[in-house]
Amino acid sequence: MKHTIYILVENYAGVLSKVTGLFSRRGFNIESLAVGITTDINVSRITIIADGDEYVAEQIKKQLNKLIPVIEVKILKDYVSRELALVKVNCNTSSRVEIMGIAELMNAKIIDVSTNTITLQITDTSDNIETLVNLLRTYGIKEIVRTGTVAIERTRGK
Amino acid sequence: MISGAEIMVKCLEQEGVEIVFGYPGAAICPFYDALLDSDIKHILVRQEQNSVHAASGYARSVSKPGVCVATSGPGATNMITGIATAYMDSIPIVAITGQVRSDLIGRDVFQEADITGACEPFVKHSYLVRDTEDLPRVFKEAFYIATTGRPGPVLIDVPIDIQSNKVKKFSYPKKAEIAGYKPTVEGHTRQIEKAAELIKSASRPVICAGGGVLTSGAKLKLVEFAMKTGIPVVSTMMGIGVMPTENKLYLGMLGSHGKRVANRAIHEADVIMICGARVGDRAVASPDQLSVRSSIIHIDIDPAEIGKNVEATIPIVGDMKSVISHLCDIIGDYHVPHMWEDTTERWKQELFRIPPRFDGCVEPRSFVARLSEMLPNKSILVADVGQNQIWCANNFRIKEGRFLTTGGMGTMGYSVPAAIGAKFARPDRQVVVVCGDGSFQMGMNELGTIAQNHLNVKIIIMRNDRLGMVRELQKNLYDGRYSGVFLDDETPSFTKIAEAYNIDSAYATSNEEAEKYAQEMIKSDKPFLLVCRVSPDTPSI
Repeated sequence: MKHTIYILVENYAGVLSKVTGLFSRRGFNIESLAVGITTDINVSRITIIADGDEYVAEQIKKQLNKLIPVIEVKILKDYVSRELALVKVNCNTSSRVEIMGIAELMNAKIIDVSTNTITLQITDTSDNIETLVNLLRTYGIKEIVRTGTVAIERTRGK
Repeated sequence: MISGAEIMVKCLEQEGVEIVFGYPGAAICPFYDALLDSDIKHILVRQEQNSVHAASGYARSVSKPGVCVATSGPGATNMITGIATAYMDSIPIVAITGQVRSDLIGRDVFQEADITGACEPFVKHSYLVRDTEDLPRVFKEAFYIATTGRPGPVLIDVPIDIQSNKVKKFSYPKKAEIAGYKPTVEGHTRQIEKAAELIKSASRPVICAGGGVLTSGAKLKLVEFAMKTGIPVVSTMMGIGVMPTENKLYLGMLGSHGKRVANRAIHEADVIMICGARVGDRAVASPDQLSVRSSIIHIDIDPAEIGKNVEATIPIVGDMKSVISHLCDIIGDYHVPHMWEDTTERWKQELFRIPPRFDGCVEPRSFVARLSEMLPNKSILVADVGQNQIWCANNFRIKEGRFLTTGGMGTMGYSVPAAIGAKFARPDRQVVVVCGDGSFQMGMNELGTIAQNHLNVKIIIMRNDRLGMVRELQKNLYDGRYSGVFLDDETPSFTKIAEAYNIDSAYATSNEEAEKYAQEMIKSDKPFLLVCRVSPDTPSI
């Protein structure tokens, strides 16, 4: 089972390695990781997608809480998440239009074009990015680069 | 103007540090220079690992953090085993290391090692100080973190230029403000009430006490609670000493190397109250089975321990002393049913057996038992790791003193340096080491420290010319195929080594002799080394 973990940490050198070191040391598998500062430049927010059962999730949370620079840990339940991917695809004059069609369909942006390649940018859920990549595969993907997932809790109610 | 090194020393003074154990080197020289102008005593150990063990022995004997110092590179890396030991045993240590100049970090210069990186898995927290101005805050936080919550080692790595740089003035923060560190102290009231209700409904309750009881100073409260309710107590290795061995409720150490009756008590209990113990694999072979048979109340200051190895029916996060005090107040006049009381009283009779003797040898288990009668009440026994540890754990009758050993990490060579720390902490008490000839040879360089400081530490070596614990394992699990467990027969002569250090010594080949020499040893106000010839066939249990 995949867990989306939100970690608020103090922002100084070495903190990320403390967090990731803990995952590897305790045998928790990280599937994706994203980190960036928050409104407070002294505080960073890490989003980690990790695999494991409820026991593992509970242990991850407790062990992370023991790290001194960790301010808050939450395992997100009701949230929206996005990741970003840049995909460079082979193309020729005939396939270019088709790829543009796929881009439009999948809500991806074209950010670079050359005579024999086209580069798409997509910001979406992990699943939708997977779909786009599958659609583009037939044209020949030259390069792909993806960020880790970032996630934010939904606000319910009024 | 004041230098970083002077600030470091002032910080230690502000924290009430009276003694540091260490080993100097180029990268920590500014600190050593500043230390000369302070009343803080420096004890030169003979290898950096032992500075941490000594600090550990000190910390455990006075309930204050232990402080150790080493230089960069090899000095720091030598410390790692000591730091890891303190981490596994939850001992409050502040370890200070010198580091190469800030602008050279990362260039693999002479004696450079990324010690904060290397120690990451074994420290409660670590600092690489980048600015002299940060030193007071870092020291304040380090001592706060090491000593509060679940105690543990904190490492402060200070580059040499940070030690030499000068700043305008020194001011020590009154409080450590750490956003991500707020240890829970008070147990949740409702949870404690629930625990009390569960205990009241129990027909066969047992308390399993670990090192956390001693760390939090909850020993007397726990004894009070047990006496009031009649609930029998078993302890883990780290929990030995939570109550006097002779107390009728104490059923010994549990686990694979523990007492049968202790394991039986845990096995037959319907409610187990686990206090400050992580329930490691040596204590209970399959801890996940515990909760199938019985209801578990798990009290620990570290939330991560609860639910890690054993599923708790009622988890309580909090300081042991405050939780047990609260339980004492609300347990009312509950007393364990007579049936259970009778059973455990009968078990208590079976706790000690008289082991068979081997000719020409000291029987270590009965000697350890005898030794505990000969020693003053508050003596500190420091056991090393191996068969000697098990012999001591199961046979030393503890009264009001302490039993120090590394139950969590199991680091050979711990006993001698730890005893040095304990003796500096408690010069008024008898401090006695029991080790094997294997473990002694891992820490015997510290005889130098003992001799130099005229430390009245007694050392008993159980000599079988074998690595007895591993040999026993190979005997039982590897069809007696002994591999790498033979030490040289009669070499070295430990009494000659003692003589080289001007330390009195004796060699015993029977229990009568051993007792006679032990009597002399206890009377003497000087260090003493007693070698006991032990049969390789003496079992651990």
